[in-house]
Amino acid sequence: MSTVIKGGLVIDQTGERNGDVVVEDGRVVAVGPDLSGDEVLDASGCVVAPGFVDIHAHLRQPGAEEAETIETGSWAAVRGGYSAVVAMPNTNPPIDCAAVVQEVLALGRLAPCDVYTSGAITVGRKGEQLAPMAEMAALGVRLFTDDGRGVQEAGLMRRAMEYAAGLGVVLAQHCEVDSLAAGGHMHEGEWSSRLGIPGVPAEAEELMVMRDIALSRFTGAPIHFQHLSTRGSIAMVRAAREAGLEVTAEAATHHFTLTDEACASYDPVFKVNPPLRPADDRDAVREGLADGAVDAIATDHAPHSPDTKEMPFDQAPPGMLGLETALALALTELNLPLAEVVGLLTWQPAAIAGLKGVHGAPIAPDGPANLCVFDPNETWTVDPDALASRSRNTPYAGRQVRGRVRHTIVGGRPVLVDQEMRP
Amino acid sequence: MEAEDIKRATWRMAHEIIERNQGLEGVVLVGLQTGGVWLAADIASALNEIEGVEPPLGTLDVAFHRDDIGLRPLLPEAPTNIPFNLDGQAVVIVDDVLYTGRTIRAALDALNSYGRPRTVQLAVMVDRGHRELPIRPDFVGKNLPTRRDEMVDAHRDGIDLGEIVK
Amino acid sequence: MKHLLSINDLGAEGIDEVCRLADHFTEVSQRPIPKVPALRGKTVAMLFYEDSTRTRLSFEVAARRLSADVMGFSVSASSVNKGESVRDTVATVSAMGPDAIVVRHRSAGVPQQTAAWTDASVINAGDGWHEHPTQALLDCYTIRDRLGSVAGRRIVIVGDIKHSRVARSCVMAFTVLGAKVTLVAPPTLLPPEVGSWPVDISFSLDAVLSDCDVVYGLRVQKERQSEALLPSLREYTAQWGLTAARAARLHPDALVMHPGPVNRGVEIAPEVLDQPNATLNEQVRHGVAVRMAVLYLLLAADPDLRPEGAGT
Repeated sequence: MSTVIKGGLVIDQTGERNGDVVVEDGRVVAVGPDLSGDEVLDASGCVVAPGFVDIHAHLRQPGAEEAETIETGSWAAVRGGYSAVVAMPNTNPPIDCAAVVQEVLALGRLAPCDVYTSGAITVGRKGEQLAPMAEMAALGVRLFTDDGRGVQEAGLMRRAMEYAAGLGVVLAQHCEVDSLAAGGHMHEGEWSSRLGIPGVPAEAEELMVMRDIALSRFTGAPIHFQHLSTRGSIAMVRAAREAGLEVTAEAATHHFTLTDEACASYDPVFKVNPPLRPADDRDAVREGLADGAVDAIATDHAPHSPDTKEMPFDQAPPGMLGLETALALALTELNLPLAEVVGLLTWQPAAIAGLKGVHGAPIAPDGPANLCVFDPNETWTVDPDALASRSRNTPYAGRQVRGRVRHTIVGGRPVLVDQEMRP
Repeated sequence: MEAEDIKRATWRMAHEIIERNQGLEGVVLVGLQTGGVWLAADIASALNEIEGVEPPLGTLDVAFHRDDIGLRPLLPEAPTNIPFNLDGQAVVIVDDVLYTGRTIRAALDALNSYGRPRTVQLAVMVDRGHRELPIRPDFVGKNLPTRRDEMVDAHRDGIDLGEIVK
Repeated sequence: MKHLLSINDLGAEGIDEVCRLADHFTEVSQRPIPKVPALRGKTVAMLFYEDSTRTRLSFEVAARRLSADVMGFSVSASSVNKGESVRDTVATVSAMGPDAIVVRHRSAGVPQQTAAWTDASVINAGDGWHEHPTQALLDCYTIRDRLGSVAGRRIVIVGDIKHSRVARSCVMAFTVLGAKVTLVAPPTLLPPEVGSWPVDISFSLDAVLSDCDVVYGLRVQKERQSEALLPSLREYTAQWGLTAARAARLHPDALVMHPGPVNRGVEIAPEVLDQPNATLNEQVRHGVAVRMAVLYLLLAADPDLRPEGAGT
């Protein structure tokens, strides 16, 4: 059975062209004018792009299934146009050994999109002892991170980078120096000062970015920086790349959309780590995405059930939903050409996560049929109750945004058709 | 009523207060904020001219004792100042206009927090009727039949009658 | 006004109104029977998640002097210790129909959250490092009572500003009323970006002492030593304590204020506390009248109440 996507503007790494796309047996079989297939998906007024790749999603399984499961998180991803997500390892138990990797991958095989997992750099994400990266890499893990925490010890990080380089995998760092950030719950600045909420200074992130750039230069190993949030961090990454280091970076949607002023509501839905920063940092994130200092848009999708989030601000866990709103926020907030937005969501993150060729690939005959069709002009209002995620902690409730995913095709199978999930 | 009439009525009430209390022994005046304060002061000076004794004079704002708190925004308008003990005294409450009687009920309630008077009497310049509580004045300047939708204002220069502007 | 969460809710006009109303309640408090029926039938719930003697007592006395019923809620004896969330507790308390909930919590913002979870009026009795509006109000009332007005006064606040909800509320209240506020503290005890506050900053108490109308001391906690914010309390007292020698350099009419409880000999020397210009007990006394004013304002003087049945 074949599916034809009719009347869209095809955008991929090779450029833009009008044309229909025919998909059969998990592959793209034809791209061109006036094609036909058994099932017709309307793409008029829409962009046909490679399916999006989120290299930073918290799917909460195992351990916090009341907040999200791999299944519900994957549906949220599919609704957001994603054909692939990389799960973060801060589950319970953490994804720090082959057994847990296998469990996550097994659950992922039942999910509507491709689920990859990262592995922890250190055992238990405790920052004390290297996790068995080789046995996890053997199962296909390409990205290692202690996300939720940074690796505090410079010496340990050095060894981890050396070891990872030998395996051909990439370390991703959640940059946060604990001794500066400890006890903080929002960005340390004018707003935290007024609100009486203990703050996390920008320097808590920047010091670790600085250190890891130095370690990358020293070890020759690549390093990926997760959810960069400050002007200083982005400037350092830009300089490191100009100096020829193998440094990549992602930015989370909320860091180019929201500012720390949102915390004045004391609504923990705005609590996230790294925290929302002032407008100047938000602008720096936008600039970084525009000039290539930042490679990828990530969601840092972090579901929390209402009873854990409806707490005093300083007791609530950090994190906000992101998968179902990422495209719309990128189109609404970034003011970038469509092709650049698509690149930030597809082939650029795919390259970081080692998924090139499978996700974010050019849309051409014999290419993988992981595709996303979105209307870049449709405006809609974010409604937490209409989300596919099991949780409701979106900070964008009631916000009007532009750009909406219409169809998502994973491995040739239409899993989202006209915004309807197709189990 | 003109200023002269008000003055005459004030003096008459002063005489009646003396008569009723057989002198001024133990008599204290409490003017209700804000309309009764001028009248209490005038009665006090009349009493002083007649008897050569100025009775203790206090002021009372009854806002916190009203029965319509919570039905409308109510703030006290002027200070309460009763710098003397009321135990065993003959307290004369003084107000400008007596209408529903609710202000006087509030005043009676308020006076309780200052002690236990021997007797409480009521002096008003105008009794306009329409009582909603079993309260009657002891000393009245003038009985003035009114409609409910009229507004009555009594001051040193006379009595004004007006329509309530809605 | 429905809630009192921050001094910002009041503004200069609102603070003046509270002070004017507090004058009336000061008179009530001096009556042989210091009680009025103003809030008869109203219920005030005390939701104190943090130890407090003076604030809680002060609110309870204020509510009772207004004839309101007081619903006490003691954290140690409650389901909070069994893990009940603030939201659930607020829902439970609200179900009993209080007209006002007085909240104290160690986390900033809890009163604001509470206001979203209940129909009752919410009064912030101190939230984390954020605000303690009724403390600032009683301080304004005390300064007004002693010095005639807050406007134009030079007020020095010295101590642990960073961790102080009292400092945040006082700075807002004093400055909005037109006082000139100078914060004095070691830099480690100043809040971040303090340059954005409408105040002057000095690191030396000695430099500002002879030229102020009020010295307002804040409590300094022992823990600040272990957090590496202070080398020692001894060093703090030597540099920033209001010692007898420093107090002697104050203008004779200058007030010495402190929200309590005082670490005698740390922030302020014991003999200074006994001087007639030390207002600590007055502050506590005024606290009752000011809190009566706040309760009355929220529960009886709401301008949204429809005028009806009005009669003279």
